[in-house]
This record gives sequence, C-alpha cells and structure tokens, in this order.
Amino acid sequence: MKIAVSALGPDLNSMVDFRFGRAAYFIIMDTDTNEYNSIQNPNVYSASGAGIQSAQTVINEGVEAIITGQMGPNAHRVINAANIPVYSSPGGTVADNLERFKRDELEQMSVPSVAEKYGMGPGMGGGRGMGPGGGGRGRWWQK
Amino acid sequence: MIISFASGKGGTGKTLVATNVAMSLGQGCQFLDCDVEAPNADIFLKPLIISVKSVNVRMPKVLEYKCNACGKCAQACQYKAIVMVKEKVLIFPEQCHSCGACLIACPEDAIIEENRNLGYVESGTCNSNVDFARGILNIGEMRAMPVIMELKSLIQDGRRVVIIDSPPGTACPVVNSVEGSDYCVLVTEPTPFGLSDLKQAVGVLKVMKIPFGVIINRDGIGDGRLEEYCNAEGIKIISRIPYDREIAEIYSNGELLVTASKEWAGYFSNLAEEIVEIAGNEADSNN
Repeated sequence: MKIAVSALGPDLNSMVDFRFGRAAYFIIMDTDTNEYNSIQNPNVYSASGAGIQSAQTVINEGVEAIITGQMGPNAHRVINAANIPVYSSPGGTVADNLERFKRDELEQMSVPSVAEKYGMGPGMGGGRGMGPGGGGRGRWWQK
Repeated sequence: MIISFASGKGGTGKTLVATNVAMSLGQGCQFLDCDVEAPNADIFLKPLIISVKSVNVRMPKVLEYKCNACGKCAQACQYKAIVMVKEKVLIFPEQCHSCGACLIACPEDAIIEENRNLGYVESGTCNSNVDFARGILNIGEMRAMPVIMELKSLIQDGRRVVIIDSPPGTACPVVNSVEGSDYCVLVTEPTPFGLSDLKQAVGVLKVMKIPFGVIINRDGIGDGRLEEYCNAEGIKIISRIPYDREIAEIYSNGELLVTASKEWAGYFSNLAEEIVEIAGNEADSNN
C-alpha cells in the first residue's frame, strides 16, 4: 500500500516535516514495491487553504495512510472524509518513521492536533495587514 | 468631503486622531469606524446606537439527493471552499468568496444558495452631534470586505466631512476603507517599524491617487529617519503629537483628549480645520 510522509527534503534520509498543509515535501512510499516518489509541496506559500489542497494532493496519490507531525482542522476534515488514518511522527527521518509504522509503533491522530495556519512561518502573512492568527510562530521543531 | 485616517503600522494613533478630530468638527460630521475586525472608536465616542443591520454572504449548499459526485463544483472553485473527497462534497465556509462559480458549474442543479452571517453594521449618533457608524466582523471570520462595503454604503452625501477610521496595514480592508476618500491622513510614529510600514501605505495611496499628508504621533521617540523620508519625498507633515504620558493616561481611560483637556481641545480644533482646509485645497487642485 502507499503511505505519505511529510518531509523537509525529497528523500528517505530527509527529516520528517512536522507540518502537513505547508510541509516542504511529501514522500509517497509504496510498501509493496519499496519504491517511492517525492512531491515538492506547491502549497507552502498559500495564504489559506493549504491544508485542504495538500490533503487532496496526497489523496490523489492513492495513499492509505499518512505520517506527519501536526495536522490542522481543514486538512483533518478532508483526510477524515477520505477515511485515511493519520499517524503521529515522533521525529526522525522518513526511513525511521516508515520502519516504526511497519512495526506498528506509531500512534494514530484522531482529532486535529493544531489550529489553522500552524505551518505558516515568519514573513508568510496573508497580506491582511495584521496577518492571520497563526503567522510568525517560527520553526520550533528544528532544534 | 471624505477624509480617511490610515497608518500602515498598527497602534500609531489613527483612532486617537480620527475620533478627536471628528468631535472637534462636531455638527455636520459623520464618523465611520471601518476597522471591522477590531473596532474601538466607540469606546471614545460612546455613540447611542439606533439601528443594527446584519451583513450576510451567500454560501453554497449541496442537495445531496441531486448530486452525482462529478466534482465540477470543486474544479470551478478557486478558493478550495468546495471540495470533492471520495464522492463526498465538503464545504469550507471560511474559504468561500461567494462568487457563485460552483452553482454555475453544477450540471445537476444540485447547489443552492444559503445565507451566512458574517457580521453586522451599527449606526447611531454621538451626543446628537456627530453621526456614527461602525462595522463588526464576527470572531473567526476572515472576510472583512462585505462588512466594510455595507458600512461604507451608509456614507451620507452632502455631509460637510465624513471621517473614516481605517484598519491598520495595507491590505484589502484598508484599500476598501480609504477608497473614495478625498484625502488621507497617515498617522505614524518615528520608529523603524513606523517608517517601514509608512512607506507601504504611501505606496498604496499613490497607486490609488489619493492625496495624503502625515501626522507624526509619539514625536520624540525613535529617530529622525521618518522625517528625513518625508522631507526627501516632499510629503507634508501636517502636525506632530508629542510622546506624552498624559495622552496615554487619558486614552487608556477611554476618554477623548478634547473633553479631558482644554489644551488638547484647542489643538484638535485647529488641527481639524487645518486638515479640512488642506483636503479641500487638494480636492480643488484635482478638479
């Protein structure tokens, strides 16, 4: 089956990106063939609707599971409607997480784990003067 | 004559200046608080609200028994407000811009309109002197425009002066608030942030061809770069308000400067007339 993992880079050694809607890349791994492709996320700079679009991108790849760090309410609603389970990543590389998934070590995420606009970095304001609510929180996960 | 008060950077003193100028002008003045996301002029003007009008926008509603899951509505939508997922149609109300494309795109007539409340507009009067109106966007909503447009439709032609207290920033809500002004007063502060955002506001007003001038509030803090910029660009500095604890105290008590202090009443009386004169001259020279 196919699994999507949100990632900071385009290959299996890349670290998992804790964002979903504005993740840098999606790695789509086929666990039957062990082949994968990576998608550079076009929604990174979206002012709004990134979660919805990223969810659709991933659903269109035919995935049956998603591994990510955090997922906001819009993406969550779309993924739920598609009945795709979402698993929480504890960090590490894409390869690490796929291993943990195979060993059934990942926890499922049942409700949105963050509010909207979680992944919007500094300078990515929606052009609305004061900026949308979640803007400018910085990248806390990059230690 | 319509005079708007904008800034670029938030918190520079638009409302401070706009409310005190309006009260100084008194009879014949109409005040519009266009900062519908966080209106606050009413704190100082203490209006008696006479009427309230709901602002609603149209949303799509899918009649599921008619829907054949073709997904054409989702393809037509530019805002990801209506989305097809595994033959289910999901609607995201906050994304919707009420364009109606989904209704048109649906081959089965399965989409109808329903109303959604975005906020409301209140109008009234301050001591029967200054007419007052404000818009309030419901908490959590992203679309300020429909509320601002409804509010601006309340502008009374033939008023001596209409004062528009615009939101901070330089995005759509600001553009919509200042559009149609005869003159715009940019209230700013002489700090790096103040200057940086002032430049953006100046850029917007130039594109909109609205004549403008600057009032430097909290004069005395920061540095001289903002004044240098104004001088270099030939931007008129209409007045300066000093960085003064007394102003902050009066303001934080929710009081108007013009009622709390004779001195400030005198200052704003002069300032108000000066702004009206400058605005009038600009309007004449454009005609």
